[in-house]
Amino acid sequence: MATPLKRTPLYHAHVKAGARMVPFGGWEMPVQYTGIVEEHRAVRTAVGLFDVSHMGEFDVEGPGALAALQHLTTNDVASLQPGQIQYSVLCYPNGTVVDDLTVYRVGDERYMLTVNAGNIDKDWAWVNEHPGKDARWRNASEGTGLIAVQGPKAEALVGRLADRDVTAIGYYRFARGTVAGVPALISRTGYTGEDGFELYAPADHTEKLWSALMEAGRADGVAPIGLGARDTLRLEMKYALYGNDIDDSTNALEAGLGWVVKPAKGDFIGKDALEKIRDEGLQRKLVGIEMAERAVARHGYPVLKDGRGVGVVTSGSYGPAVDKYIAMAYVETALAAVGTALDVEIRGQAKPARVVKTPFYPSRVKKA
Amino acid sequence: MANVPKDLRYTREHEWARQEGDRVRVGITAYAQEQLGDVVFVELPKVGAKVVASKNFGVVESVKAVSDLFAPVSGEVVEINGELPNKPETVNQDPYGKGWMIVVKPSSKTEWDQLLTAPQYEEFLAKGGH
Repeated sequence: MATPLKRTPLYHAHVKAGARMVPFGGWEMPVQYTGIVEEHRAVRTAVGLFDVSHMGEFDVEGPGALAALQHLTTNDVASLQPGQIQYSVLCYPNGTVVDDLTVYRVGDERYMLTVNAGNIDKDWAWVNEHPGKDARWRNASEGTGLIAVQGPKAEALVGRLADRDVTAIGYYRFARGTVAGVPALISRTGYTGEDGFELYAPADHTEKLWSALMEAGRADGVAPIGLGARDTLRLEMKYALYGNDIDDSTNALEAGLGWVVKPAKGDFIGKDALEKIRDEGLQRKLVGIEMAERAVARHGYPVLKDGRGVGVVTSGSYGPAVDKYIAMAYVETALAAVGTALDVEIRGQAKPARVVKTPFYPSRVKKA
Repeated sequence: MANVPKDLRYTREHEWARQEGDRVRVGITAYAQEQLGDVVFVELPKVGAKVVASKNFGVVESVKAVSDLFAPVSGEVVEINGELPNKPETVNQDPYGKGWMIVVKPSSKTEWDQLLTAPQYEEFLAKGGH
């Protein structure tokens, strides 16, 4: 028998708003409200609200918390000050990816990890296999709601409801405060390439926060955004999605995540394998490609060069803001340079494409 | 409830068919375009191609999904909507009008009667549409 789908604290708000609900990573989530393209444009031009409460949060604290995280994650956690956040990766010993995540330093010896919804159980088992010494772990996923507020008007909207000056919070920084009277961790992060915040709140206050943001954002043109537009927005930024572009068959370096792999910090799971891969050179790279004509390259479609298989598409769609048909694909390193002409095999036909510079759409995140 | 014009016939795969003299115009229903969401790609056969009832004659893709198009009747394609490949969103905007896909000259007279009537299609949708 299938496991029943889990619901976020905002499930009823989504249904009431007319969202189309779909299964995603074990959760029943809104894929769209009015339409993916319209929602995508609302985020690029105004502000959108995303229910990302399905994502997981783990707390780790104690004198050994830093050492435990240094061993588990690829980025250098020692460089993180309280109030700062870093993007990072959990790797297997062979350098492939358990999950990608963000690490928050919430206190001197206290951290919070935010992990992908579909990986919560796997990640929880993984950290419990490598808990470190003098580090206490807690899975806070169930009690935590998470709303992303993204778009050029996000700062003004959150600012009106917050009890503190949110303009002072830099990119990949966070502060505690209240938003619409709800206690929240206000994080200047996101998955869209727009400026904005992710608001962590107690699960039983999440609906109140959502309603207040919808109400207060009416004049800004605020719109609820489903997973469909979340996917096209992140694709235009070439942000990796676990399960599509990265997984236990892709290593962190070929995925383009070398910027968060820091061997100089000391030992960590996957270090030896990743150093070896770096020394020997990458076999393939995750690149952005643009179709020469209208044609949607989708996950799993083969990439060809002169009829020979040279790679595979991992994500692809119409990009509403760039108004082009774009994709991410692993291709042989020799064919990864910008400008390289390739083909994508779509229903038996080779459709022309080329490697392009990414992000496809210019990032407008606030730089600290 | 999605719009189901009374004067059309329907397939269980959510295509509509309209009798126009000795020809049949074909598109996808309002329900189909709603389910698909934003249509971003339409692939149609060439004029002169033969299509077979219940068999695939083309493809429509939305942002999230790829869907085959199924012919309501067998016959020869005598006209295609050349606007659609460049304006796929027309399928969402006007599924029964400007969003039409092909016109077929049917090779069989009996297939038409096997298509769902509007009340039958409405009933099919009421039961879940699949």
